[in-house]
Amino acid sequence: MTNIHSTAAEMASALSKKEITSVELTKAHLDRIAEVDGKLHSFLHVDDEGALAQAAEVDAKRAKGEVLSPLAGVPIAVKDILAQKGIPTTAGSKILEGWRPPYDSTVVAKLKAAGVVILGKTNMDEFAMGSSTENSAYGPTQNPWDLTRTPGGSSGGSAAAVAGFEAPLAIGTDTGGSIRQPAALTGIVGVKPTYGGVSRYGVIAYSSSLDQVGPFGRTVLDTALLHEVIAGHDERDSTSINAPVPQVVAASKRLDVKGMKIGVIKELSGSGFQAGVSARINESIELLVAAGAEIVEVSCPNFEYALAAYYLIAPSEASSNLARFDSMRYGLRVGDDGTKGAEEVMSATREVGFGKEVKRRIILGTYALSSGYYDAYYGSAQKVRTLVKRDFENAFAKADVLISPVTPTTAFKIGEKSNDPVAMYLSDIATIPVNMAGIGGMSLPVGLAEEDGLPVGLQIMAPLMQDDRFYRVGGTLEAALLSKWGKPILSNAPDLAVKK
Amino acid sequence: MTLDYKGATEKYEPTLGLEVHVELNTNSKMFCSCATEFGASPNTQTCPVCLGLPGALPVVNGKAIESTILIGLALNCSIAPYSRFARKNYFYPDMPKNFQTSQYDEPICVDGYLDVEIETEDGPKTFRVDIERVHMEEDTGKSLHVGGATGRIHGAEYSLLDYNRAGIPLVEIVTRIIPGTGKYAPQVARAYVTQLRDILRSLGVSDVKMEQGSLRCDANVSLAPIGSGLLGTRSETKNVNSLRSVERALTGEIERQANRLEAGERIIQETRHFLEESGLTRPGRSKEQAEDYRYFPEPDLVPVTPDAKWIEELRAKLPENPADRRKRLQKEWNVPDSEMTSLINAELVDVVEETIKLGAEPTRARTWWLGEISRLANEKEVAPTSLITTTFVAEIIALISSGDLTDKLARQVVEGVVNGEGSPAEVIEKRGLKVVSDDSALMVAIEAAIAAQPDTAERIRGGNIPAAGALIGAVMKATGGQADAAKVRELLLRHLGQG
Repeated sequence: MTNIHSTAAEMASALSKKEITSVELTKAHLDRIAEVDGKLHSFLHVDDEGALAQAAEVDAKRAKGEVLSPLAGVPIAVKDILAQKGIPTTAGSKILEGWRPPYDSTVVAKLKAAGVVILGKTNMDEFAMGSSTENSAYGPTQNPWDLTRTPGGSSGGSAAAVAGFEAPLAIGTDTGGSIRQPAALTGIVGVKPTYGGVSRYGVIAYSSSLDQVGPFGRTVLDTALLHEVIAGHDERDSTSINAPVPQVVAASKRLDVKGMKIGVIKELSGSGFQAGVSARINESIELLVAAGAEIVEVSCPNFEYALAAYYLIAPSEASSNLARFDSMRYGLRVGDDGTKGAEEVMSATREVGFGKEVKRRIILGTYALSSGYYDAYYGSAQKVRTLVKRDFENAFAKADVLISPVTPTTAFKIGEKSNDPVAMYLSDIATIPVNMAGIGGMSLPVGLAEEDGLPVGLQIMAPLMQDDRFYRVGGTLEAALLSKWGKPILSNAPDLAVKK
Repeated sequence: MTLDYKGATEKYEPTLGLEVHVELNTNSKMFCSCATEFGASPNTQTCPVCLGLPGALPVVNGKAIESTILIGLALNCSIAPYSRFARKNYFYPDMPKNFQTSQYDEPICVDGYLDVEIETEDGPKTFRVDIERVHMEEDTGKSLHVGGATGRIHGAEYSLLDYNRAGIPLVEIVTRIIPGTGKYAPQVARAYVTQLRDILRSLGVSDVKMEQGSLRCDANVSLAPIGSGLLGTRSETKNVNSLRSVERALTGEIERQANRLEAGERIIQETRHFLEESGLTRPGRSKEQAEDYRYFPEPDLVPVTPDAKWIEELRAKLPENPADRRKRLQKEWNVPDSEMTSLINAELVDVVEETIKLGAEPTRARTWWLGEISRLANEKEVAPTSLITTTFVAEIIALISSGDLTDKLARQVVEGVVNGEGSPAEVIEKRGLKVVSDDSALMVAIEAAIAAQPDTAERIRGGNIPAAGALIGAVMKATGGQADAAKVRELLLRHLGQG
């Protein structure tokens, strides 16, 4: 019997066999949201009416026998950083409160065209700046595994929605780990595709050269199905890759890694990682070996500079990208009492509209780009970026995919790191190099840490435009783990509804 | 004692620098598909991209790149195999993203030159103006500051913003400093902008209308005592909206700076606004504290990497340099400088050349365009080229050359065509304007004239040839001016035994 705990693939199959309608499935998810979102706060905006209308439309088309996209009628949650026509889109910031975009982002347009039912917009760290969703101007999201913990971030709302069965699928964005880290912390699958693999048109920019849209799902196959819906060249995004989309659905069904070389990154293992995290990663390595893969150790010596370089590049681009939020044309306007000049109103609006972390990064980036400092900061960071790319190239010369933990620890407590930005930044230490190099990576849940019973994520990375490789490895490992556990990892999470 | 311009340039050596902004005439904007039509209702030619809405991304207009490369090639520049856009960051309400997408240290065209010729006391002299760079950028929106004394944002009651212009492709052409022009600095500047305008027009890449802002010139000038070898502090004059203003603004600015220096004051590095009425400039924004635009490579756009083969194809398509072309045509047509200048000033060189290409006799082609057609155009206050096509002019001239029309009749044909009565053939037909060349018909009129003035006829028979004028006049009158006077004279004299 199909229900909210089914996978997206199962829901799609039941829909196509007309065992259930999209309206029924959508209603079930809207009910779940109504029931548990008071605890999770995954959503900033739930579009009941729009979702049901979209579901009814898909049902009508199906009734007429129209050929539909594989995920038609399956519900989804979309990170509030993607523009959706007529639907409040805030990027988790006060400065965009009340703004309703007059246009659809390319990804939202593709979802609509595929009949994927958009339930609403999910919570996030303001302008995607953060690793815990605590930087949302609208309050934090709670981790479905433990409501006192964060689901990670910045796409914490999307991850919590999927892990909390409010939606089988979600869209996130990943600039330094913002899909993979929350996926790891909530026990679901999250993918950051190759840069340029998915259009950024309509995605409110944080750091343009690093931002990438990607899918969340509870299984590798679900994630792949969504990946294929949203990926592909877009002439509205000059940085989008004009090449065929990797066959990720087929790859996730292959369940075979015989002869594949899997590189373990020396610098991203051992010390600095929670013992329970390392134990689960090692267990995964053993399962991959058992499945016929060959393990090689690779070294990426420049990764140690990646975090520092990231915190120059991303804030630099952000300081420019966020300049447009000036109250002149949309969003919040503060202090416009007829006596103040434009500059004063801009300044007052930005003072009130931006949160602490956003201001911190704008100031950091403004400084890094200033004349006299540019070469030392932005310039040097770009050089590090080249070195990180070279490290990956060398590593991929020895291995088909690379693996590492996604995060140093399992989900941390809300408030635990919010006053220590550097400690917070460190939670992205393993994910940032992937963004710097523009390659793709997957976060796959590989079990629970013994010491706290919280999910652990394995990161699988592949060369540019070879995203199918991590789907292949992820799918194979997922099957091995499932047969070992006998049930999906999320069945270990508390039932939120009972505790109402 | 104040220095006049002559005094100023006897004591100080001006150094020029010119920045010209050209709006390209592409159908769509630099980074989106919005229309670029001039004068549309405010904010009707906008979209998420040129309004800088959250999430919107730019995509480069390929036509704009082509136009920029053409400009670079025409100005003898090297075309960079790899160039990038950069963001110029500053806050201003008419700039939707609060950064302008421009080019910084990686422009698309570099290291060119333009030779400009001016008239000096010692005859024509050529100055080489070195071009530092030609780069692409987007225009900003327009602000209208309402209320307040200065028309500027400070002190205004409110401001109106029109983003139609935001994102229109702009090309900026920057010269290196131009030393050694001496007192001719304003003339060199005007000649440079004029020649640049002609080149841009010949390339067909811009409307080059200074009064509409599609060609804008910022004139930098600094003064240093003659022979000092120093470079003074410069001012940058904006709002120079005509070729004449370029010359006037610099003349005025050189005088102003010289007098400040004479009075022991320093020149403030600043932008100045040219005031059309007085020919003076007033101070604008101070540039003493260099603004930090925090340029960095535009991450939303991939680098521009034009194919070498394509560049060569564009080079092969370049039209002849307008200045060279004029020299060639002047030689071919064998016309004096004064007439060539008239043709150039009246913007008639192209049509005259075309009319000649269509077979018209060169002298007649020039005379008709510059004379009768220009006269009618003046009366109607329109451009001569809007009155009549080169094909019709060539047809009319052919009929004059063959003797089918007299100049007088041809003027009537032109008038008919201009009034919309049809093609020259139709006007001739409708108005019955063909030259009367039938000898017998003319003889009837000649005999009638002789009969009317027997005394005159006698004098001609007696060898007084000039007396024929009176009889020829009578015949012409009788034929309504449609007879060929030369023919009448020939027949008359033969008839009276003087042929």
